Amino acid sequence: MNTTIMLFLLQDGITNGAIYALLGLALVLVFAVTRVILIPQGEFVTYGALSYAMLATGQVPGTARLAVAMGLVAFALDLFFARKALHARLVMRSVALNIVFPVALLGLVYALVGPHTPVAVNIALALLIVAAIGLFLYRIAFQPIAHTSVLVLLIASVGCHLALQGLGLVFFGAEGLRGPALSSAAVTAGPLRFTGQSLAVYGLTVGFIVALWLFFGYTRTGKALRATAVNRLGARLVGIRTTLSGQIAFLLASVIGAISGILIVPITTLYYDTGFLIGLKGFIAAIIGGLVSYPLTAVAAIVVGIVEAFSSFYASNFKEVIVFTLILPVLVLRSLAAPQVEEEKD
Amino acid sequence: MTQRLPLIIFALVLAVIPLLPGIPPFWIVLLDNIGLAALVAMGLVLLTGVGGLTSFGQAAFCGFGAYTTAVLTTAYGVSPWLTLPASLLVSGIAAVLLGLVTVRLSGHYLPLGTIAWGIGLFYLFSKLEFLGRNDGISGIPPLSIGSFKMLSPDTIYYAIWVAVLLAALLTMNLLDSRTGRAIRALRRGHIAAEAFGVQTPRAKLLVFIYAAVLAGLSGWLYAHFQRAANPTPFGAQAGIEYLFIAVVGGAGYVWGGVLGAAIVVILKEVLQSYLPYIFGGQSQLETIVFGIMLVLLLQLAPQGVWPWLMSKLPFKPARKTPDTSVKLEHRERAPGTSSVLLHIDRARKQFGGVLAVNDVSFDVNAREIVALIGPNGAGKSTTFNLITGVLAATSGKIAVLGNEVANAPPQEVVKLGVSRTFQHVKLVPDMTVLENVAIGAHLRGNSGAISSMLRLDRTDEAKLLAEAARQIARVGLSDQIDQLAGSLSLGQQRIVEIARALCVDPMLLLLDEPAAGLRHMEKQRLAALLRQLRDGGMSVLLVEHDMGFVMDLADRIVVLDFGTKIAEGTPASIKRNPDVIKAYLGAAA
Repeated sequence: MNTTIMLFLLQDGITNGAIYALLGLALVLVFAVTRVILIPQGEFVTYGALSYAMLATGQVPGTARLAVAMGLVAFALDLFFARKALHARLVMRSVALNIVFPVALLGLVYALVGPHTPVAVNIALALLIVAAIGLFLYRIAFQPIAHTSVLVLLIASVGCHLALQGLGLVFFGAEGLRGPALSSAAVTAGPLRFTGQSLAVYGLTVGFIVALWLFFGYTRTGKALRATAVNRLGARLVGIRTTLSGQIAFLLASVIGAISGILIVPITTLYYDTGFLIGLKGFIAAIIGGLVSYPLTAVAAIVVGIVEAFSSFYASNFKEVIVFTLILPVLVLRSLAAPQVEEEKD
Repeated sequence: MTQRLPLIIFALVLAVIPLLPGIPPFWIVLLDNIGLAALVAMGLVLLTGVGGLTSFGQAAFCGFGAYTTAVLTTAYGVSPWLTLPASLLVSGIAAVLLGLVTVRLSGHYLPLGTIAWGIGLFYLFSKLEFLGRNDGISGIPPLSIGSFKMLSPDTIYYAIWVAVLLAALLTMNLLDSRTGRAIRALRRGHIAAEAFGVQTPRAKLLVFIYAAVLAGLSGWLYAHFQRAANPTPFGAQAGIEYLFIAVVGGAGYVWGGVLGAAIVVILKEVLQSYLPYIFGGQSQLETIVFGIMLVLLLQLAPQGVWPWLMSKLPFKPARKTPDTSVKLEHRERAPGTSSVLLHIDRARKQFGGVLAVNDVSFDVNAREIVALIGPNGAGKSTTFNLITGVLAATSGKIAVLGNEVANAPPQEVVKLGVSRTFQHVKLVPDMTVLENVAIGAHLRGNSGAISSMLRLDRTDEAKLLAEAARQIARVGLSDQIDQLAGSLSLGQQRIVEIARALCVDPMLLLLDEPAAGLRHMEKQRLAALLRQLRDGGMSVLLVEHDMGFVMDLADRIVVLDFGTKIAEGTPASIKRNPDVIKAYLGAAA
């Protein structure tokens, strides 16, 4: 192997790894706040990427309509759960969030869509759509069972993944899509060429890591979110609105997922079901990070990306096998290092 | 016999179905698919619903079973029946290797680990040359008996359903046994089970292998049913679907697996055939509905359909009352009164910077009730955990009858005749009082999983249940013997824990706040029971906050404060001890 190939593989691995890192961070974030292991994270990626790609071709993505539909369900749930104590402010708030916001968004999409819409507008629209879906997903699927065990939440999360992936096929079809590049700038360093795209990937990843670390470590809201994860009841007793924490976490996760999608869709063709695999690799990183540590997750994600790049060069057939078995020794080490703690289940 | 009756009727109905005139062949195919899924789901019931180990990777074990027979029959011309043991063996070995890693994982790492190796194995199946890569292997010969070939769905139907019914029978037998109780205790954490000698890692590995072998059997049948094997039905999606089946049916119930398989397979068929009419030709619509239904189900009926159906039944299945005439052997007891039973010498436990137990020394003699008291956080429960091996001491010596415990695991300590109750009750709420108490006698039986499945354990089992029933009578809970432990009051649950501890036939009984939650009369009865146990040759070490109870009962009292022993003596001397008064009430102003 010569140095150039190695450098190329490293570069490729780091770029992919940075995306995995973003997803891993989102997974850690959601788990830390809601104890949900967010399998549909991959769908946020594809929804973001493919909505953006469709907007770029001047079409209205079905995700915008899904957001409206989910908003209606969320509104109905809000009314149902608050039926004993309905008051105008609550209803108004629910109407604004669940009805006005997605409907306005859909209107905006119809108004702005076109073959010549600027890239930035398309990105903003795609992000808003996925953000709405993420927010409503928590409201509909997870908020009613937020008090249950990690396992029940995990199975529900798998259910959401199935539904969203199926819907993805309906919205985007079985054909893959590619989106236009965010920028055509490029920098050359030795044999390597860094596109504006990959630089954006690195920049955003580092930015998010630092921001999340600061947010959870040093802000009141961040600490409140963490408290919710440890003990919902305790958090409520000290005045933290636990449902709000969950919504914030899902909002952040869906935006991060959509950003990752928009970052990679100009580089590779994405299909409606690609997100699952990408999400799972972020997942491996998150698990290596123990679902708690942001920096460790980021490092692990880079390692996953590099391992993937090298194994696709040397044993391309077994690329996925290698990546997914990578997790087992890590899990064993984790289990050996941290002896089991007794937990009261159910 | 009456317990077997529904099973026999069910078997007869199944046997007749294909013979009925006018049954569409398509229904039989559906039933075949239901049977195949039910086998895997049954394994998952044991693994996930009963044992608490969630696996998303069961489909991979079907793959091991299917590919083993596919390769052996097509490449080596081995007879299909001979490949059955090979298929089961390969899935079993794969389960041992994966299981050794997987069962060590705790909490949510475990299901995540299974997703990871499930996907890894799927890609392995689809990339290996000798497994035919993505195309798989076709031309697998059908099962045959003599010259009769099981080519059509209605002939292999019998093979599939015989397997399902046998598996159900074996699984139910297993659950209703000494090993089964150990498995059922796993889901509630391992400390209580281990305190009575259950080797929890081994029990977990056992259910893991059992579930894998059932999945392997399903895979073997599948290969001969489809006469082909390709990677798709063994991927992550299928693994998720099996778990879905178990959850829908009722993950804690053997028949829940079968019912769930029926519901899901039929539903899938209906959705696949009718959804396109309603929504146009888009494919994969069923997964959308599927996913939404899974989420809905978890919100509305997280226990599954089977328990819901059972609760609608007008009659309750009768339970057998154990015959208390059969007896277990008793432990030999030291006759004298002066011998030292438990010797603690400068035991110390440090958690990081916190010194929970600081060089505490005291003895418990034979036929003596010793109380360990002290304000909250004094280190009493930690001392208990050091004695019983739940925690390893940082330094110091603990010996039972001269045998140094030397940080032995709880399973070894209980063998020395030390049994305990817990400050926070650790019973299995969905097991009856009898079954919970019988876990205490775990070490006094010796039947393993295989003999339990084949019902060769009945004499052994009768003795264990008889002992449990006797101890329940001894603590005065005979009326509640068949109730679920979770339905009792907290005070009664504490008494059940005492009965369970007595089932060990202990020399030394460690009781952690036994009187908490008891009413006055119940406390008096408990005190009388403990005196009677002492007079029968047992020693009792108890932690208790009810001073009236302690002062009346204890022969000797040891007082801890901030991890340090501050006093030891008779109740009368402790009452007057200025250090003790200071610890409890603070210094006089």
